[in-house]
Amino acid sequence: MALFYLTRKEHFNAAHKLYNPSWSREKNDEVFGKCANENWHGHNFELYVTVKGSPNPETGFVVDAKQLSSIIKTFVVDQLDHRNLNLDVPFMKDKLCSIENLVDGIWHQLAPHIPSGATLHCIKLVETPRIYVEYYGE
Amino acid sequence: MLNIMANRVAVFRREHFNAAHRLHNPSLSSEENTRLFGKCNLPNYHGHNYELIVKVTGEIDPKTGYVIDTKTLSDLVNEHIISKFDHRNLNLDLPEFKELNPTAENIVMVIFNILRPLLSEQLSLQLRLYETPRNFVEYPAI
Repeated sequence: MALFYLTRKEHFNAAHKLYNPSWSREKNDEVFGKCANENWHGHNFELYVTVKGSPNPETGFVVDAKQLSSIIKTFVVDQLDHRNLNLDVPFMKDKLCSIENLVDGIWHQLAPHIPSGATLHCIKLVETPRIYVEYYGE
Repeated sequence: MLNIMANRVAVFRREHFNAAHRLHNPSLSSEENTRLFGKCNLPNYHGHNYELIVKVTGEIDPKTGYVIDTKTLSDLVNEHIISKFDHRNLNLDLPEFKELNPTAENIVMVIFNILRPLLSEQLSLQLRLYETPRNFVEYPAI
């Protein structure tokens, strides 16, 4: 049966800093530069969630895009939007707040909730117009 | 008049900075701040990729063919704005916002007041500041 990839795009605005608490302030500044600013900085993040599957014969959908949006909103956007990623987000607790780790956290937030008939394929997170990561659950 | 205006050209330079902030009016109660600013008032800050578009309008200098050298303009914006705003917390790290709520409106006015004295009086300055791809402000408003 033919396989399709469906992507839903969402966005959230958040503060964070890159900081390894097991290092000295100097070492953090050396490795993370201005991203280690102790008073945080922030971004307009753009999130692309791609699921794969075959269309349901009754709806023609791999997944209902509106339903996918609502799942992303509940398990990801509501928890991240206008938050401090280092301080306010339970699923990022004790993790370094890089976009790689954030994408990994988002994957585990979403994977169990993807409606049957589809599976999570890729999470793409755009931090700035010039920087993004993709994660395929590998 | 038309002839004079005909020599005037607008030159645009786009720059960007990433910063944290929160909207908060310290003279209001916590409840009133929440009512006015909603999630933008959350205590631990959030942030944006700000985009600043600097528009300089003036007559073309016959010697260089420029209204303003865009490299000069970029250096000016980077030295006086970007190095000060990028990867900072606008509420905590910038003295300008010690008593001023860092809304896009107030940020664009602060930036204007820094840049305006650095440009020749013959040049007009107008700024557009994007807080998100969907929210942006312009100053001065025309």
